[in-house]
Amino acid sequence: MAAVSLHDVRKRYGKTDVIHGIDLDVSDGELIVIVGPSGCGKSTLLRMVAGLEVVTDGEIRIGDRVVNRVEPKDRDIAMVFQTYALYPHMSVFDNMAYGLKIAKLSKDEIQRRVDEAARLLELSGLLSRKPAALSGGQRQRVAMGRAIVRQPSVFLFDEPLSNLDALLRVQMRLEIKQLQRRLGITSLYVTHDQVEAMTLADRLVVMNAGVAEQIDSPMAVYAKPATRFVAGFIGSPGMNFIEGELHAGRLLLANGDVIVPREAPVHSGEVTAGVRPENLAFVEPQAADFSLQVVSVESLGAETLVHGVVAGRSMASQEGSDVIAGVAGRSLAVRAAGTLDVTEGDTVGLQVAPGGWHWFDNTSGRRIPEA
Amino acid sequence: MAERVVFRSVWLPWLLVAPQLIITAVFFLWPATEAILQSTELPDPFGLSTQFVGWDNFDYLFGDRYYRASFLTTAIFSLSVTALSMSMALLLAVLADSVVRGSGVYRTLLIWPYAVAPAIAGVMWLFMFQPSIGLFPYWLKVLGYEWNHVLNPGEAMSLVVIASAWKQVSYNFLFFLAGMQAIPRSLLEAAAIDGASPWHRFRTIVLPLLSPTTFFLLVINVVYAFFETFGVIHTITAGGPGQSTMIMVYKVYADGFVGQDLGSSAAQSVVLMLIVGVLTVVQFRFIERRVHY
Repeated sequence: MAAVSLHDVRKRYGKTDVIHGIDLDVSDGELIVIVGPSGCGKSTLLRMVAGLEVVTDGEIRIGDRVVNRVEPKDRDIAMVFQTYALYPHMSVFDNMAYGLKIAKLSKDEIQRRVDEAARLLELSGLLSRKPAALSGGQRQRVAMGRAIVRQPSVFLFDEPLSNLDALLRVQMRLEIKQLQRRLGITSLYVTHDQVEAMTLADRLVVMNAGVAEQIDSPMAVYAKPATRFVAGFIGSPGMNFIEGELHAGRLLLANGDVIVPREAPVHSGEVTAGVRPENLAFVEPQAADFSLQVVSVESLGAETLVHGVVAGRSMASQEGSDVIAGVAGRSLAVRAAGTLDVTEGDTVGLQVAPGGWHWFDNTSGRRIPEA
Repeated sequence: MAERVVFRSVWLPWLLVAPQLIITAVFFLWPATEAILQSTELPDPFGLSTQFVGWDNFDYLFGDRYYRASFLTTAIFSLSVTALSMSMALLLAVLADSVVRGSGVYRTLLIWPYAVAPAIAGVMWLFMFQPSIGLFPYWLKVLGYEWNHVLNPGEAMSLVVIASAWKQVSYNFLFFLAGMQAIPRSLLEAAAIDGASPWHRFRTIVLPLLSPTTFFLLVINVVYAFFETFGVIHTITAGGPGQSTMIMVYKVYADGFVGQDLGSSAAQSVVLMLIVGVLTVVQFRFIERRVHY
């Protein structure tokens, strides 16, 4: 067990900066998920913690030790790779025992630890098989087992579920979470899948282009995204964005249209207004803030996704409502629970939920605090 | 099911495979048949007539002390060449694999010797080690060692082994390097995290995963040492001094074309043919079930 802390960690390949100074404090037993699009540097960051990449600048601590110059094997970590990296010429038992044999543990101890891990992961009947004779899910478990038997202070997961099919991924996601809770081992988990990130994490690190855009609990990240990037990345379908110039509570769009939102921050300048698809509600035309001409309807049973374009002038323009005047042609996604009686070509009324607007400064990309 | 393409003409397919068939017939089937026929015949001293003698050539051959010695010489020579060229190639491949910058240059340079004809390679090594004008004997003399492979059988054998191995290192290197680069990086990283030292990783991960490559190269190298080293032997030692570097393939030439004993030479060719046949079978059977993990 150990806490992990990163202080202004940077990575440079030649003249290219790939990680621009990351600060992160992981407390003991915490499960941190690092999420971001491919190429954002999340795997590189994990590999630096593992000791597989040299840290260009900054400091990484595991427990009380600065480990920048410590060999991977001496960092007291275990890593689960995306490709599992099982030794193909060794049996499941030997795969799990490999590190223990090198550590010169006694035969009995090795046997005991491997048996215990195998029982935990339901691999007991497969110990003599070679990896080639295992299914994807079983290989994934062996990779987990190899990490567990070493009883490390820190687990590192590098997209461990991305080679599994959708159903198995959901199942293994649950198992990893339970396992991590039970063992209470500090974990860093890298993924590009935001659902995985949201469900697993105690805290999320949302990365983009080598920068940690936000580090917070999944719900906080969802409710108050710190930057426009985070707002667009977390949530599916993504947040609807409208760019314009905010002035005295009115949002002027490039084509001259105007939006008068119910709540707007005290701020002037180029901004992006965002509203999540689930914060738009279908209402009667009289109560609507604006209307949407439906382009396509995706019924998923539990919920319905409606894509459409804002259809001209708002129907209601009474005081204190969101007025979207003449924002014709702007496409929006709306998400509603259950099934919905809407078809392509319909025009429906929409209302923005209270607190549904998010505002971001266009120059910095950062969130503008609410009024 | 994919539609099969069928040639409408009967002759076109034959025409297309004809070059390969002709080459095989002219350079293998015909000489092989001739060798088998001649191995059962004895020509008269003037080569005007031949007489069927059955197994006599073979009986004589296996009764010949020099021929039995040639078996041993061939075995020593082949094993030495194989061991030397494969170990050198593996070493170079490990080094080239760890090079990050300019690996292309190293690779190109290391492949070059393969393009050198055996006879040229032989002459080159001969120049370097020629007792009276060579550079190496001169340096060795400075160190107090008198090199003369023209007189010393051990030195002669060493020289042809080195020259032959040198030529084959490129080929082995290429296969070893490709084999190593096919091993996923993450396996070695996992092993490093598991605490394995570089040497331990090489021994327990890299070598076992290279085993199909290693076995393939073993067969290829033995066949190479058996048959393709003629040029090196011919230019450097011509089988001498005495019979010390008289490997079987060179003895076929020496007895047949120099000694004019065509019957014995043909019988030796047949024996060699059988040996290469066995080696090929071993190779193919292995490649068929190269499932090693």
